[in-house]
Amino acid sequence: MILQVQGVSKRFGGLQALSRITIDLPEGQILGLIGPNGAGKTTLFNVINGIYAPDEGSISFLGQSVSGWPPQRLAKAGMARTHQIVQPLNELSVRENVMVGACFGREDHGLADAARIADEVLDFVGLKAGADQLAGSLNVAEKKRLELARAVASRPHLLLLDEVLAGLNPAEITAMIQIVRQIRDRGVTIIMIEHVMHAVMNVSERIIVLDYGVQLAEGSPAEVSKDPKVIEAYLGDPKLAKKLAQRPV
Amino acid sequence: MNAWNKPGFWLPLALVLAAGAWPLITGREATREVIFTALISVALASSLNILLGYTGYVSFGHIVFFGLGAYVGFYMMSALDLPLYLAAPAGGLSAGFLAFLLGKAILRLRGAYFALATIGVNEAARAFVNNFDPFGGPIGMRLNFRFYDAYGGAARALWTTFVALVVLTLILLAVSYLVKSSKFGLSLQAIRENEDAAQVMGVFAPSAKTWAFVISAIFPGIIGVLFFFKNGNIEPGDAFRLHLSIETIVMVMLGGQGTVLGPLLGGAGYQRLRGTLLVTPLFKDIQLTVAGVLLLVIILFVPGGVVGWLRSRFPVLRRVLE
Repeated sequence: MILQVQGVSKRFGGLQALSRITIDLPEGQILGLIGPNGAGKTTLFNVINGIYAPDEGSISFLGQSVSGWPPQRLAKAGMARTHQIVQPLNELSVRENVMVGACFGREDHGLADAARIADEVLDFVGLKAGADQLAGSLNVAEKKRLELARAVASRPHLLLLDEVLAGLNPAEITAMIQIVRQIRDRGVTIIMIEHVMHAVMNVSERIIVLDYGVQLAEGSPAEVSKDPKVIEAYLGDPKLAKKLAQRPV
Repeated sequence: MNAWNKPGFWLPLALVLAAGAWPLITGREATREVIFTALISVALASSLNILLGYTGYVSFGHIVFFGLGAYVGFYMMSALDLPLYLAAPAGGLSAGFLAFLLGKAILRLRGAYFALATIGVNEAARAFVNNFDPFGGPIGMRLNFRFYDAYGGAARALWTTFVALVVLTLILLAVSYLVKSSKFGLSLQAIRENEDAAQVMGVFAPSAKTWAFVISAIFPGIIGVLFFFKNGNIEPGDAFRLHLSIETIVMVMLGGQGTVLGPLLGGAGYQRLRGTLLVTPLFKDIQLTVAGVLLLVIILFVPGGVVGWLRSRFPVLRRVLE
């Protein structure tokens, strides 16, 4: 198991953002994390990533307990993430952005090596042409790729992808899914938060559904999509939905 | 690293070298004084730039390091009769040490909160020195005139101080370039752009920030010793001038924050402007107001300063101006 989340809870004042989440993630998998807005998906990422310490429970990464580690230490240990709201280093060039990932990530490269890795990774995500541009001048789709490139350049063992497909058009989604698969094929374990259902169902080996901070369901994409609790969380009461659909207009 | 091949490295050095050599060749004391004042500004601005420009932290307390370094060095010279070449590095190191301690305490704060804390530090340092008897309290300290005998008399000592300042400024600009173009510099710039994202990418922000603060504090500490060695006496009001901190920020912004050349141009340019204003009857009492207006105009219209503007306007210059 590359990542083990054991009964993790997190509350903000009166809001129980996460309650007793447990995840066992074997190496080399893509795990999809879905759920309605406000379900606690990004909070779970923030807890795994060390931005928040869990109130209860424990997290272990690559066999060692990492509860309470700050994000920079986890980055060195081989955990990388992208942000739902893109966070480019605006006044640095695209290449420099990616170099930060390579320099300070797991492998701790010098500048010359980092530049080489950055060019490789930018080529891989299709941003090579704009490497010398300032990151602030990219459009949203490109900034998403930049986020991904920075994370990949750190050569992580575990990659947390927070809605990398949101806001992309269908062609861009197809291209991005291709990239995510290739990253996995290089041996990186991935957890992805996603709202684009057909994409996440397609690419994930396993899905976890969160709703109001509770782990609602877990299983293969096929199992999860048939689970009445999941349908209810997304669409409301299925019987009610059916009744409403049958009601004469 | 082949810094010598880069115009961005040697251009600032060449400028300082030329300015420093000029009075040495002509032997004119008036020119020397003008350039001395300009170089003090350049060095203060360049050192502040490491924190303000590279790391993105606005400090109103830069002059604390100038004042504290000066006091420590001056105490060593006047009370302990130690030579300048020991007192100056000691002033720099004590300023750096203060920055290290302060960094641990207040670099946790961000944005406006950090800036406010630095104002407090400035006032606290002045109050401390005012009431610290070994440093002469509110009266300060003075150097015995005979102290300059070891430097070939007071007149020669002025030239010695000038040469020391030129060398120090050269070192500082080289350090500034090397910091900026290093991996450490990349981490500082990542912190400036987005500290949280930088940490997620593995940058150890607390220690990087602290080291940037220490490097930026050592130089004003040394300059303070040189300045007051030349002056012959030191008082709290002269050593901790809050407005000089603000003027230093104006210089950095004017020349271009986050660039190596910018603080050089900004420091020299601002000092030139100030010199002109001080002898213009209309402005002589309100030259600080002009600094304030200048800062406002820069922030509103040319946030990149002179060098930033040139770089974005003429991309060709990006290879030359760092």
